[in-house]
Amino acid sequence: MGRERLERYSLVGPDSRAAVDAGLASADWYRSAVPRKRMKELMRRCDGPAVRDTALWLGLMIVLAGVGILLRDSWWCVPFFAAYGVLYGSASDSRWHECGHGTAFRTRWMDEAVYRIASFMVMRDPTASRWSHTRHHTDTLVVGRDPEIQAMRPARLAKLLANFVGLVDVPVAMRLMVLHVGGRLSAEEADYVPESERPKVFRTARIWFAIYAVVIASAVVSGSWLPVVLVGGPALYGRYMLYVYGLTQHSGLGENVVDHRLNTRTVRMNAVNRFLYSNMNYHVEHHMFPMVPYHRLPELHEEIKGDLAPAYPSIWAAYRELVPAVLRQLKDQSYYVRRELPPGARPFHEPSTVNDGRALPLIPA
Amino acid sequence: MPQWIPACATDDVDPEDVIPFEHAGESYAVYRSPDDVYYATAGHCSHERELLCDGLVMGGVIECPKHNGRFDYTSGKAMGAPVLVDLRTYPTKVEGGTVYIELA
Repeated sequence: MGRERLERYSLVGPDSRAAVDAGLASADWYRSAVPRKRMKELMRRCDGPAVRDTALWLGLMIVLAGVGILLRDSWWCVPFFAAYGVLYGSASDSRWHECGHGTAFRTRWMDEAVYRIASFMVMRDPTASRWSHTRHHTDTLVVGRDPEIQAMRPARLAKLLANFVGLVDVPVAMRLMVLHVGGRLSAEEADYVPESERPKVFRTARIWFAIYAVVIASAVVSGSWLPVVLVGGPALYGRYMLYVYGLTQHSGLGENVVDHRLNTRTVRMNAVNRFLYSNMNYHVEHHMFPMVPYHRLPELHEEIKGDLAPAYPSIWAAYRELVPAVLRQLKDQSYYVRRELPPGARPFHEPSTVNDGRALPLIPA
Repeated sequence: MPQWIPACATDDVDPEDVIPFEHAGESYAVYRSPDDVYYATAGHCSHERELLCDGLVMGGVIECPKHNGRFDYTSGKAMGAPVLVDLRTYPTKVEGGTVYIELA
């Protein structure tokens, strides 16, 4: 099953060609109706919220790391490094995401600077992952096209669990970095990174490799784990919230359906989680209108919620649905969580070859 | 043979905004800069054919609504990933409150 599953979700396998043949690649996705002027208003950029949130994010990291260093000879340093790790290893994910879209700030260089810092923290090459995420938005949960499907059918359960502490993603990221240092891409990256962009990937990998070499050398020379605890290490020990949030986005929902209302979750979260996750809990809204800055997503949600399946009231509520769904898909790959649209919502867009999320095989058995 | 085609009234498009224009089965985008100069480009993003009229105009730049790809709408120049191919641009003129674009 493992090999079949990987082949099915491969970007260079038969399902990729089948998705193109079925009209699922670069398809016309459903969008809720929003008055044009209101939409333009919601898309407007400003620097204020992202400057505030970035200053808070980086400022907290500096303070927490400083206190942790001062307390490094006692166990009291642990909670400070633990919190630092979450800001480094988890909150970097949504900063990578928002600044990658170029919507967090109005000022372009600010987006780019934070994007590069966050990419390093989350260990994703800024160029390759920009293209990967572009594809994810074009072909969300289209099997064989979307490179960012976390929970396949059936899910790679051991991988999902190990990744809460980065035990798969981080070694893969290191392997890719070494590949890039040598001037090569993986086969999947070669599918979505254009030739003209590849030198940027190789240059970044060489810089990052040098940084990690200095960190490791510092740890060896000083005989202390501290350099690794501060740089690189948090991608492992602080990564768990990245997955707590990330799995809520699409796990267990419909595949091969060109309607984000059916394959994406919006989850209500408290203010701390919304800060750490940069409002990405409004995920249906983000996918439907990716140009709306993160700080305007709550307003967009209010604008279109009558056209969406109900938002999940909490992370816990989302997990109560997604965990049983993913476990059931281990045995029944045709199972999916069918999201019911509210009365009055416009029906989902349905070209003849597109299903409602059941992930019927595109290739006849 | 190039010809000037009436695209819209000058008031149809707000300053720093874009509207769509269809002619002979092709889509175009008509822009108005903050200082009331009108520009026209191809209507679809060169990356994945998304309609640019749904995008955001900001400081001489049109941003595609799907992947945030950016173009200088005065020159059509692509401004970085994920758009790598420039937009075609068209000459414009204003006469009697109407914006014309010159199409081949």
